[in-house]
Amino acid sequence: MLRWLIGGGREPQGLAEKSSVQTIGEEQIQNPYTELLVLKGHHDIVRFLVQVDDCRFASAGDDGIVLLWNAQSGEKLFELHGHTQKITALAAFPSSDACEEKSHLILTASADRAVIVWDCDTGRQVQKVSCFHSTVKCLTVLQRLDVWLSGGSDLCVWNRKLDLLCKTSHLTDAGISTLVELPKNCVAAAVGKELIIFRLLTSRDGSEGWDVLEVKHLVDHQDNILSLVSVSDLTFATGSHVGELIVWDALDWTKQAYECNFWDSPLHPDAQQEIKLSQNQNEISVQHLTSDEECVFAAVGKGIYVYNLQMKRVIAFQRTAHDSTVLHIEKLPNRQLVSCSEDGSVRIWELRERQQLPAEPVPAGFFSIWGFGRANKQANQTAKKTPEITTTYSLDLIGDLIGHSSAVQMFLYFSEHGLVTCSADHLILLWKDGERESRLRSLTLFQKLEQNDGLHLRF
Amino acid sequence: MISAPDVVAFTKEDDFEEEVYNEPALPEEYSVPLFPFANHGANPWSKLSGSKFTRDFILISEFSEQVGPQPLLTIPDDAKVFGTFDLNYFSLRIMSVDYQASFVGHPPGCAYPKLNFVEDSKVVLGDSKEGAFAYVHHLTLYDLEARGFVRPFCMAYISTDEHKIMQLFQELSTEFSKASECLKTGNRKAFASELEKKLKDLDYTRTVLHTETEIQKKSNEKGFYTTQAIEKANELANVEKSIIEHQDLLKQIRSYPYRKLKDSEFQPYEPECALDSADTSLEQVSTTSNPDEPDETHLYARIPSYTPKLIKAKSAKCFDKKLKTLKELCDVYFFTQTLDQLNQIEKTFRGDACYLLTNQIGRELLKQQVITNFLFEDIFLLEERPVEKQYGGCPESNQDTTYAKSLEEFPIPKVLISLESYKSSVESVPIKMDQETEDTQEAEETEPIAYNHQDNLEYLDADLKGSISSGESIEVLGTEKSAAALTKSESQASLPVQPSPQVVRSKAVSKRTISEDSIEVLSTCPSESLIPDDFKASYPSAINEEPYADDEEGGLHFDPNPDNVDEMEGNSEHENLLPVDSACCIGKESPNFIDPLPDQAPKFCNEDGVVSIPPQPYKQVDQGFHVNFRDYSTHDGVPGGLLMYELDPHYLTSSRDTSKMSLDEYSDSTSFISSTASTGLDRTPSPAHRVAHFSERHKRKAGQNALRFIRQYPFAHHAIYSLLSGRTLIVLGEEEAIVKKLVTALSIFVPNCGAYAKPVKPWFSSPLHIMDFQKWKLIGLQRVASPAGVNTLRSLSRYSRYISILDADSKTLRCPLYKGTLIPRLADHRTQIKRGSNYYMHVQTFLTQLCSKAFLYTFCHHLHLPISEQETEEAVVSRRMNFLKLHLGLVNEDIKVVQYLSELLKLQFVQDPVRGINPVLRFDYVPSFLYKI
Repeated sequence: MLRWLIGGGREPQGLAEKSSVQTIGEEQIQNPYTELLVLKGHHDIVRFLVQVDDCRFASAGDDGIVLLWNAQSGEKLFELHGHTQKITALAAFPSSDACEEKSHLILTASADRAVIVWDCDTGRQVQKVSCFHSTVKCLTVLQRLDVWLSGGSDLCVWNRKLDLLCKTSHLTDAGISTLVELPKNCVAAAVGKELIIFRLLTSRDGSEGWDVLEVKHLVDHQDNILSLVSVSDLTFATGSHVGELIVWDALDWTKQAYECNFWDSPLHPDAQQEIKLSQNQNEISVQHLTSDEECVFAAVGKGIYVYNLQMKRVIAFQRTAHDSTVLHIEKLPNRQLVSCSEDGSVRIWELRERQQLPAEPVPAGFFSIWGFGRANKQANQTAKKTPEITTTYSLDLIGDLIGHSSAVQMFLYFSEHGLVTCSADHLILLWKDGERESRLRSLTLFQKLEQNDGLHLRF
Repeated sequence: MISAPDVVAFTKEDDFEEEVYNEPALPEEYSVPLFPFANHGANPWSKLSGSKFTRDFILISEFSEQVGPQPLLTIPDDAKVFGTFDLNYFSLRIMSVDYQASFVGHPPGCAYPKLNFVEDSKVVLGDSKEGAFAYVHHLTLYDLEARGFVRPFCMAYISTDEHKIMQLFQELSTEFSKASECLKTGNRKAFASELEKKLKDLDYTRTVLHTETEIQKKSNEKGFYTTQAIEKANELANVEKSIIEHQDLLKQIRSYPYRKLKDSEFQPYEPECALDSADTSLEQVSTTSNPDEPDETHLYARIPSYTPKLIKAKSAKCFDKKLKTLKELCDVYFFTQTLDQLNQIEKTFRGDACYLLTNQIGRELLKQQVITNFLFEDIFLLEERPVEKQYGGCPESNQDTTYAKSLEEFPIPKVLISLESYKSSVESVPIKMDQETEDTQEAEETEPIAYNHQDNLEYLDADLKGSISSGESIEVLGTEKSAAALTKSESQASLPVQPSPQVVRSKAVSKRTISEDSIEVLSTCPSESLIPDDFKASYPSAINEEPYADDEEGGLHFDPNPDNVDEMEGNSEHENLLPVDSACCIGKESPNFIDPLPDQAPKFCNEDGVVSIPPQPYKQVDQGFHVNFRDYSTHDGVPGGLLMYELDPHYLTSSRDTSKMSLDEYSDSTSFISSTASTGLDRTPSPAHRVAHFSERHKRKAGQNALRFIRQYPFAHHAIYSLLSGRTLIVLGEEEAIVKKLVTALSIFVPNCGAYAKPVKPWFSSPLHIMDFQKWKLIGLQRVASPAGVNTLRSLSRYSRYISILDADSKTLRCPLYKGTLIPRLADHRTQIKRGSNYYMHVQTFLTQLCSKAFLYTFCHHLHLPISEQETEEAVVSRRMNFLKLHLGLVNEDIKVVQYLSELLKLQFVQDPVRGINPVLRFDYVPSFLYKI
């Protein structure tokens, strides 16, 4: 395409470089997103999206503005100004059962060392806390306890009214990068290479009774923990910068599985270890983790790996799922996996199961239908060394969404309204199912017709 | 777009500029004899036959009190236009049917001059011998130095085509009324300032005279008056009288606009830009004018730097003095405004009537396609509607609406079938001429009133006789007014039918015509007859319409209009109120122009007992008006109209049928306002005409380019499909001219996404983003052979799924495949259509069909929603596809075109009136192919 545009002979160096990324043609039958809305409003990188309720979401980023959108119409509902620096964390605070009045709150933390609580229904700032010693890097809401935690250089526990219930001592300067809720009133906090488990001592009588205790220090990771995900009530997983994936028991905080080098584990012999080490660190760091009951999905460098908890191994992967680092992945309810990357694209994958006869060799040329010579060498490397297993899995690309001109930071999935993506190009795109939208519009049209009592034509 | 190209004969001159395709010559035996006038560059459709001029023009003439009818100027101001056509003669003709100038300075029963705010009259007349037919618009302008303070003028639209004039009568009338209104506003302003000067002069004179009298009185102790003294005193009294007369005139002229503005929908007469310039010009001179006064009064601001002159006692009218030119009469600004308007009129009505009518019909029909016409129609046509709304607090009163109404009355399709039928419905009842009328009588009746001076009359008379003796005959074919009024009165006897003066007058006209002449007054139509009678303007407060006609031929009135009755009552009342005040004083007070309320009016009493004619300010019929006037000027910022409504007791009491009256006023004020609007158009030439004119040329060019495109590129279908299905087409090329040409060509296929701008970007050179595809559906993109250019191309490559790319340099196209059947008909490279505008029309016709399909598809309920609860979505989908395939006969990709248009219709229809449409980008994941020539 580009070659055709530029014309023969004048092709500059570098453009000709063939990408090893699996691509899908322009014909994407399974891709439902045939309509998009561009939501403009931010002036800098949009990094965070959070769902407020069924049809609203908030976005925030480096410009310090928080915007509230309608996911159906793409209408900007509120512009929330209050932070002076970039937003570092965003969380929704759903109304708890204990609370009578239904209110949708969102929490924002910013580099200006403040946390603001916003009311999504009025668009007003409810309260602001700016007594932090460092930037709050993560916010977690423990809905069960109706409290929220802020993680920076220390961990603070707050209630809905923004009373500080308790806090830890100063941990490190680097501070807590991520937090995840564990059973039994515990939270796991990633602080550099360490994973610290805190336990909250609650009391219903008042704020005096609250306390937070450091329960355990886990120092199994070689490098900084980048991602932390709760898989189920019993397990959670962490991923580090050097590509370690550890699955933990959520109750006794023991390692259930340790997966290192899994980016090329099954096929590549250990002889390639050196080569691997020479690889760019970015290419093997576990950027993001997500999970369903069976699997943990890891965004490792440019690739996506599916780790099965039961089988305790990687069952399917795409080594280079994107041209650049994968920033966020999410498992959708409909068996689809969506990933977004620094290359500005969003890709939709499907984990497919295939019954295979043990003797039958893996169809090496499966991915070659995409037209890439090298693809067959690495693609579809699923569980080859265990011929006795008859089920193989593959991660197939079923569509890609191209719209952003810069890194796609995050996305949010609405089962009703489609996919929202935010990017470093300051835009938010709302991807919608064209068929569905068309139907909805027809519906609105006939409703309006009914209201208006028919078309008022001057015939 | 409605009109099929074959229906209309294109005789617009511009079309000849296009390149002509050479066709093989016919063998001699098959050829039709040439059109006899072909060598004049004529065509069979124009009625050039006997006429001496080649195209329509506008003539402004004056019935000068010194030299009789004379042409003043023509538009276009080019001798070539009217050629050998005798303007002098024709001026005489058209002015001779003016029965409007029947003004008398001192009506009997009134001791002082009264201004008549005469309505313009509109006449169609023809001179079959000359081959000239004209719409003639008579108007009177005020001039202090003129006899009766009025000078009759007329503007005539002269054409060789009688039908054209008849059929476009309403439009012509509307447009000319606007121009006339502009002219008259300027004139009122000029007249007012002239009056003020005169008053200053008079005041000064009075002071001088007064001092002289005093001196004489002192020197004379014997108790009797010398003849000198009496003479002086009389002179003084005369001056006093004159002052009061002039004050009165000033008041009348100033009150005029307020009468018009009595409506709640108060809009200053002048457009914004006009106001600005007027203000700036006035500010330089006017310092005394009250800033609190509304804008209108600014127009009549005093000029303080004026030094009064002493007026000679006997300032008899002398006929060798130079009369003011039209420009002086009307204030330069308004004069140029009017000229611009007239130029615009000339441009609008240029060309063949058939063409104009088709356009007009097309426009009317378009208004009915509210739902779909935003897709492919020109923006300017759609923009008319908001303008309409702007004035339409009361929609009925709108001119457009009335116009539309009248069109409804005369169904359009009929016109298509036969123009005759249309005409007959408009046309007037022919009136049999009185062949026996004598020439002299005719001449006398022509200007029976305006000419007091015997010598002048004789002069005129001789002039008329001279022309008459040429052995021609004037025939009045019919007077539309009378016809219209008659039909109205017949059909709607219950409805009050307005005015009669016009009818009466037109009768007079018909009487005074002579049989032998070839001039035919086809119809006369005073302005009101255009507007349905219910909407007729009436000025209950002040306009004393032609009291003469009223008095003389009051019996002929069949006008039960309560307003008029009121007015007449007011008149009689007013006459009764006129006491002959024997006590008249030589006033000491300086005249206050606004002040004299009846009770406050300074008592003029002559201590010396010199009897003079009692000067009494002329009381306007409704005195409440004066109160309003003052109130209005003090309460600035208060919406004037409302205030006046509330404060004017006379108004309330006099209006027996308030609603009707407000309607009347409304219609008047709208015409007033709309003329304002049109005067304002000149600086910012917008909606209708200019744009229309521009787009006419644009259409032709676009059509021509499109024709060339489909001939040149065999893959044109695919490109057009991309546009019609909403896929952005990018025309990539190095040379701007080539790219822009292609963009122009293709732009006619681009559906609009809303009623805003066409989603076309003719020339662009930076990398494209996703928003651009949402905003623009056709982009001309510069190909740059530099690293920066590579970025641009990269973005194209990246977004290739959303776009089709037409490479103008290598003549290749990359886009999805099209296999439908619609577009081959739309863009057949073997088409026989040769002219750009024809092809444009062809495309528009086709697109209209497409729109109607989309409309059907969109608004069929069961195609989109299940009929019953149980029905599945699949069933609806299959029904939908069936409809598209079987009912609409769409094949393959054609379906997508209709679906896309349907989506646009839906979006437009369901759009939130406040927030507007959220633009969406719809696309398909379909493979593209590369096409080469």
